[in-house]
Amino acid sequence: MSERVVIVGAGPAGIRAAEVLTNAGLRPTVVDEGMRSGGQIYRRAPEGFKRAADKLYGSEAKKAQALHACFDRMLAEDRLAYFPLSSVLAIADDGLQVLTADGLQQIAFDRLIIATGATERLAPVPGWESAGVYGLGAMQIALKAQGVALGRRIVLAGSGPLLTLVATQLEAAGAEIAAVLDTSSLAKQLHGLPQMLARPRLVARGMAMRAQLGRRYRAGVRLDRIETSSEGVEAISWTHRGTTHRTECDAVGLGWHLRAETQLAGLAGATFTYDHSFAQWLPKADAMGRAGERLYLAGDGLRIRGADGAEVAGRLAAVACLEDMGLSAPDARADARRMRRLDRFAEGIARAFPWPAEVVRQLPDDAVVCRCESITAGALRDAVDAGGSEANRAKSLSRVGMGRCQGRYCQLAGAEIVAAQANLDVATVGRLRDQAPVRPAPIGAMRSPDHSTRSGRNN
Amino acid sequence: MSTEGRIRRLAEEDRPPVEFALDGRDCRALLGDTVLTAVLSNAKTLRHSEFGPEGRAGFCLMGACQDCWMWQESGPRIRACSTPIAEGMRLMSMPPREWP
Ligand code: FES
Repeated sequence: MSERVVIVGAGPAGIRAAEVLTNAGLRPTVVDEGMRSGGQIYRRAPEGFKRAADKLYGSEAKKAQALHACFDRMLAEDRLAYFPLSSVLAIADDGLQVLTADGLQQIAFDRLIIATGATERLAPVPGWESAGVYGLGAMQIALKAQGVALGRRIVLAGSGPLLTLVATQLEAAGAEIAAVLDTSSLAKQLHGLPQMLARPRLVARGMAMRAQLGRRYRAGVRLDRIETSSEGVEAISWTHRGTTHRTECDAVGLGWHLRAETQLAGLAGATFTYDHSFAQWLPKADAMGRAGERLYLAGDGLRIRGADGAEVAGRLAAVACLEDMGLSAPDARADARRMRRLDRFAEGIARAFPWPAEVVRQLPDDAVVCRCESITAGALRDAVDAGGSEANRAKSLSRVGMGRCQGRYCQLAGAEIVAAQANLDVATVGRLRDQAPVRPAPIGAMRSPDHSTRSGRNN
Repeated sequence: MSTEGRIRRLAEEDRPPVEFALDGRDCRALLGDTVLTAVLSNAKTLRHSEFGPEGRAGFCLMGACQDCWMWQESGPRIRACSTPIAEGMRLMSMPPREWP
């Protein structure tokens, strides 16, 4: 019997990994949270929606269509087992505990490819807990998957390639964009340019989008406060070159590039290092994505390279998997070369649109850091004074990182505030341990007849 | 369609209607809407925060933040951004009394 390979995630990385494996005659299992395959950036609208691919994906329409067709073909030919709408909650005894549409299932594996993607990287802005503040990615998902704008007058703020992209996509669809506020200065952006020129066409496209936004785009902005009422957002105030501005709006999309989604990788045994250019903890892996015994990582969950990089990483991880199984694998040299160029570009992006560490370190005491439980920067600082600066200890004392999002949206900011309070570099306060279940499970779901509850393995 | 909703529909509006109830009020959405889209086309928020004065209206739309939980008059709690709306759903912005 051949080994069982399970892929978690059906975005660009997961789909390309499945393609390489099925071409080699294997029948992998693909577990994915989405209603349909495609992941986030190439997210598909539900059945019955009619907009054409070029409306949904713009310049990336061909790639999106090719990827969707690739997965649909494998599915139609029954070359893989597919669990949509399914969340992996925990990893135990070489099996995944998966919450599927029909309840909890144990899915056994011999080798695991994790392609869980990324969420946006978020920095708190005072007022961001209010209704009408969304992640930038959420703005894009609403448009692609539902054909809606999450507000009538929208401000997008943060930094990174998504910022102008989402603005132009929303505007093209008929939404009103009041302002696009980039916290990175033009000088910093120039600093990343030499490496970004590894992909000159993307740079040109970015400049064109920015030109289209005209004076509504500002670089080097400080975001001061989101003003709110009980109904939600009313305005955002911001400072540019010493002058304070106020822009009325009913929705704000925030994001500072992306944060790798690494909880499952951690539970599966990956180890991590703090990456200063990406300003986050990233799993250690070789150039093919090998991250441990029978463990492979691919896509933005390994390193933030975007959708093109995810496709390449997915293929590389599957090749590594085949080689380790002693099977013949396709030649990966061209992909490895391509990846080096994509890596240069990704480094350039990280430099050009940095994480706003200094602003986060100076957040006012009354600003909410944890949106789940409304815990403020001041409460977190008190916890550091009382219990010290180790990340997990500060988390259990303050509860920042313990809410329902399990730290996805507050842990980077939390670590920054803890480090500032203790006068340390952010890397020395440590990484939060991964804990199962990685998604909230209904009561009873973690107990199945033949498997008792297990907490995740710590790395 | 109600004008007091948070969201603005920009495309894909020729889908069949779906009727549902929000806190006892009759509302209308379109087939293929998520619960989040359905509710926010009829209201500004999904629910109240348990920890602060503000309302909540979802945050990530990809099942990662858990900001979008809503309650049903009967049956399990649901994640509004990743649950499709269905005819006759009876949704609540606050937990029913017996909810622990
Ligand atoms: S909005 Fe984040 S889980 Fe639904």
